[in-house]
Amino acid sequence: MTIVLIVVGAALGAPLRYLADRAVQAGHDTVFPWGTLAVNVAGSAVLGFLAALPAGSGVMAFAGTGFCGALTTYSTLGYETVRLAEEGARFHAVANAAASIVAGLGAGYCGAALAQAVS
Amino acid sequence: MTHGAVDPDVDLHVPGQRAELSWSVLVVIAAGGALGALARYGAQSALPASPAGFPWATFWVNVSGCLLIGVLMVVITEVRQAHRLVRPFLGVGILGGFTTFSTYVVDVQRLVAWGAPVAGLVYLAATMVAAVVAVWCGMRVTRRLARVAAR
Repeated sequence: MTIVLIVVGAALGAPLRYLADRAVQAGHDTVFPWGTLAVNVAGSAVLGFLAALPAGSGVMAFAGTGFCGALTTYSTLGYETVRLAEEGARFHAVANAAASIVAGLGAGYCGAALAQAVS
Repeated sequence: MTHGAVDPDVDLHVPGQRAELSWSVLVVIAAGGALGALARYGAQSALPASPAGFPWATFWVNVSGCLLIGVLMVVITEVRQAHRLVRPFLGVGILGGFTTFSTYVVDVQRLVAWGAPVAGLVYLAATMVAAVVAVWCGMRVTRRLARVAAR
């Protein structure tokens, strides 16, 4: 059952990352990868919320391991950071790594605070 | 070397990717994402972290996924023309579903909450550094091998 929940969650989360990334990029025209930052921050907020509730094992398999796990990505973040540096946008590369960490952790703690407020 | 594409998921600066949105692309991303997430779950189940312990499984999942995306992107953008579903399936789907940023963030919170803030900070920084180095190594080695093969 856990495996089914993970599969369904990830099958929703991965395409949503792709669609959200497209939508964010369509709204601006810079080299900075705002789309990936947006999905990583959003997924961190949701998982921070669920982990702090704490949600049951079924919900964690579906929404945590599956949906948030597939919605967020480290491979894309790492590749973008290296590509920005290769293109000569060193400041953007460092800013991308730093902003991901700061905004991701901030979002995770906001999610956890919200969980404590409602539970 | 190709220039322009920075985002391996989808980069609207690349004309071909502006037009690629279709059901077939979304289906292969969903299938790849599910496979990647299952592989991550398998790694985390095989190497479970104690509450205050260093999350090695997630660390290696993220670092190996970064190494592989470096290899993949060089192969499909610089070495050979790939089928239009290869990047969505392998890059966006499998590697995107395999690696995770949200678990990384919650791992750091868990380490801090269980009284291991130093481990949390080390994990926070080490993952980012190792991820970037892994992507760079994957790209570099693949470019070198492609040059050797082309001679």
